[in-house]
Amino acid sequence: MNESAAIDARQALPQEADTCFARFIDVQKSYDGVELVVKGFNLDIQRGEFITLLGPSGSGKTTCLMMMAGFETPTHGEILLQGQPINGLPPHKRGIGMVFQNYALFPHMTVAENLAFPLEVRHLPKAEIARQVDRALGMVRLEGFGSRRPAQLSGGQQQRVALARALVFEPELVLMDEPLGALDKNLREEMQYEIKRIHASLGVTMIYVTHDQTEALTMSDRIAVFNDGVVQQLATPETLYELPENAFVASFIGENNRLQGEVVEHLGERCEVVLDSGERVVARPVAVGGVGTRTTLSLRPERVALIGDDDEGRYDNRFSGIVQEVIYLGDHLRTRLQLCGNDEFILKTPNAEGNASLRPGQSVTVGWTWQDCRALDA
Amino acid sequence: MSQSPSDTLTTADGVPLKVSLRRAVRRSKFKALLLVSPLLAFLIIAFVMPILDMLWRSVDNPEVSTRLSRTVEALEGWDGESLPGEPVFAALVADLREGQEARDLGLLSSRLNYEKSGMRSAISRTARRLGNLEPPYREALIEINDSWGELSTWKLIERESSPYTLSYYLAAMDRQLSPEGEIVKVPDYLEIHVALFWRTFWMSAVITGLTLLLGYPIAYLLANLPLRHSNLLMILVLLPFWTSLLVRTTTWIAILQSQGVLNDMMVAIGVIADEARWQMIHNKTGTIVAMTHILLPFMILPLYSVMKTIPPSYMRAARSLGGKPILSFRRVYFPLTIPGIAAGGILVFILAIGYYITPALVGGQSGRFITNYIAYHMQTSLNWGLAAAIASILLLVVIVFYLVFNRLIGVDKVKLG
Ligand SMILES: Nc1ncnc2c1ncn2[C@@H]1O[C@H](COP(=O)(O)OP(=O)(O)OP(=O)(O)O)[C@@H](O)[C@H]1O
Ligand SMILES: [Mg+2]
Repeated sequence: MNESAAIDARQALPQEADTCFARFIDVQKSYDGVELVVKGFNLDIQRGEFITLLGPSGSGKTTCLMMMAGFETPTHGEILLQGQPINGLPPHKRGIGMVFQNYALFPHMTVAENLAFPLEVRHLPKAEIARQVDRALGMVRLEGFGSRRPAQLSGGQQQRVALARALVFEPELVLMDEPLGALDKNLREEMQYEIKRIHASLGVTMIYVTHDQTEALTMSDRIAVFNDGVVQQLATPETLYELPENAFVASFIGENNRLQGEVVEHLGERCEVVLDSGERVVARPVAVGGVGTRTTLSLRPERVALIGDDDEGRYDNRFSGIVQEVIYLGDHLRTRLQLCGNDEFILKTPNAEGNASLRPGQSVTVGWTWQDCRALDA
Repeated sequence: MSQSPSDTLTTADGVPLKVSLRRAVRRSKFKALLLVSPLLAFLIIAFVMPILDMLWRSVDNPEVSTRLSRTVEALEGWDGESLPGEPVFAALVADLREGQEARDLGLLSSRLNYEKSGMRSAISRTARRLGNLEPPYREALIEINDSWGELSTWKLIERESSPYTLSYYLAAMDRQLSPEGEIVKVPDYLEIHVALFWRTFWMSAVITGLTLLLGYPIAYLLANLPLRHSNLLMILVLLPFWTSLLVRTTTWIAILQSQGVLNDMMVAIGVIADEARWQMIHNKTGTIVAMTHILLPFMILPLYSVMKTIPPSYMRAARSLGGKPILSFRRVYFPLTIPGIAAGGILVFILAIGYYITPALVGGQSGRFITNYIAYHMQTSLNWGLAAAIASILLLVVIVFYLVFNRLIGVDKVKLG
């Protein structure tokens, strides 16, 4: 790493940097010298925050985590921990707890020995180690499992041990790389809750990697949505879901109806778009240029309403479509419509009286407000 | 769950479940047996039978009991305090006459000569004069050769009249039976096997240690380099298997001999004087260097196969938990490779103690193994019984090592390749 570049980066920091617990500044990474896997990654992490890196496979999430942990060096840029650059610091001096996707529990040691390892290398007295190990086992509710080997534990129990091991030496930052990826759905939900509980009770900072959007939405304070080595949007779960800034985020988080068209009128806070199939739609411009630019309209299925004859005028956009398919999901119904030239237009309606009677082939009128329809990049 | 015999499980047609299961698997078992039968037959003929034959030869002792059957019979009831009487000598003459006609006195004389030097010439000299021998045979024989007048000769014949003997094993351990029937050391100048056994074991241990030292880092690289590089390295590791063992061994002669490549280079760069060239071949050094090279792949491959299964995340976890690199290696990586070390170690050690051609070519006098003596007894001294006894001891050592290994590590933990 270039010495002067490091100093430049430090001087370039604004004063408020001190309040940041960890920072990625303009970090780039290339493995082969040909292709950038991470491109200009910036992230400020507050103390005690639960940050999730969310993105499709191969988008560079693990790479970012590995750079934080010290197993990969950034090709360019700076990583700060508590205001100090850590680019040259070897992993064992960083004091960062880490949970690996395959848990990486040492198979030749018992659970207690696994938990004691980080304490032994810190030369803690024996009695203190025993006490801390017991406390950590208690924290993940595995009292009495200390003498088992990892292979004698279930997946969920191994996961808990890995978590306990990453926390037992009281690191201030814990990294988790898809820690729940190998668990089944029920266990995953239970562990999500567990991790949140521990996070809340210990107040540690956590950086969490996943490609499961539900997991990201339920657990995180903030989510960085990754694609192609670039952060597409960094925001709270609500913001990401309600106010996606581009087409990728909109389609990656939650379900999403997409309509392609061209902007014909731009009136500041609203715009009009002519769809490729000819209809005119009023939308909220979020990431579009002026008149004449192409756009993707994004619309959440639950924000589309079935319109009877009574509520004239409530919706700015009203269109009629033909029911293709109705899927009964208990509490709600998913209806696939042919609408505005789109065969895959999804409508999500609560299982309320009157809504359940839709049949394929039937013609219906649906509507949505301009605020719910976001005009994003094409 | 305990079930009384009366309510054992049955299939729908009332046949007990166990019986019908056995019937069902019998066919597939038979097929499987059919498939392995050629190999099984080969193994029995080429492996099991020679070993049994070897074990048999190491205790087989037919010479005295068959060739001197009359003498042995006549010796029955002999007090062993004084020379036997005339009937015994007469029986001996009859036996020898018959042996001379059948032309198989050689085996007998060799056999007795192993135990008591001078017996070969005693028998051959006696045999030559059997034609004009007149009774009383006792005086006549003693006149031909003093051995017949010695008590120990007759005790030997009596002792070796049993069809089985342990004397080959005693000889293999540099021991023999004294005329009094006690186990004693052979004279110093004949002592050779025990020292050779020890040399074989310690040199094999050194070779095993060296292959481990050299092979461990290579195996690590093989398991951890990107595929493109590790493939190339793997080819380099396997390359020796594509050349003949003889070629590899003789190459070492070219490199290590006094006028060889290495010495020439050392002289050229002035490290050693021309008169003081190092003797690196035809001694222990030669054997150790050449065998370490030849056996290296057998250490690398089991190590590699174990290391391949250790995900890099273990070391990363250890590092992130605060372990310094060396400590992490010692506490986490190394213990996980122990099955590989054990497998490679036992493999190389067992191969090494049985190695023959390389010590024979580059070992000289001082770098020779016990196997070279097996060959010597097979080909030169023609003492097959002794060769079989030495080989059986080696086999026993290998089995003991294997059992200890299985006890400590468990054979099922080992994956080769
Ligand atoms: N050690 C490496 N050497 C070369 N290329 C690598 C290496 N590790 C990752 N890559 C490449 O970098 C890119 C990003 O990988 P990374 O593991 O960070 O993705 P990810 O977002 O964690 O994906 P996933 O969700 O599948 O784990 C991928 O294209 C991958 O092929
Ligand atoms: Mg990953």
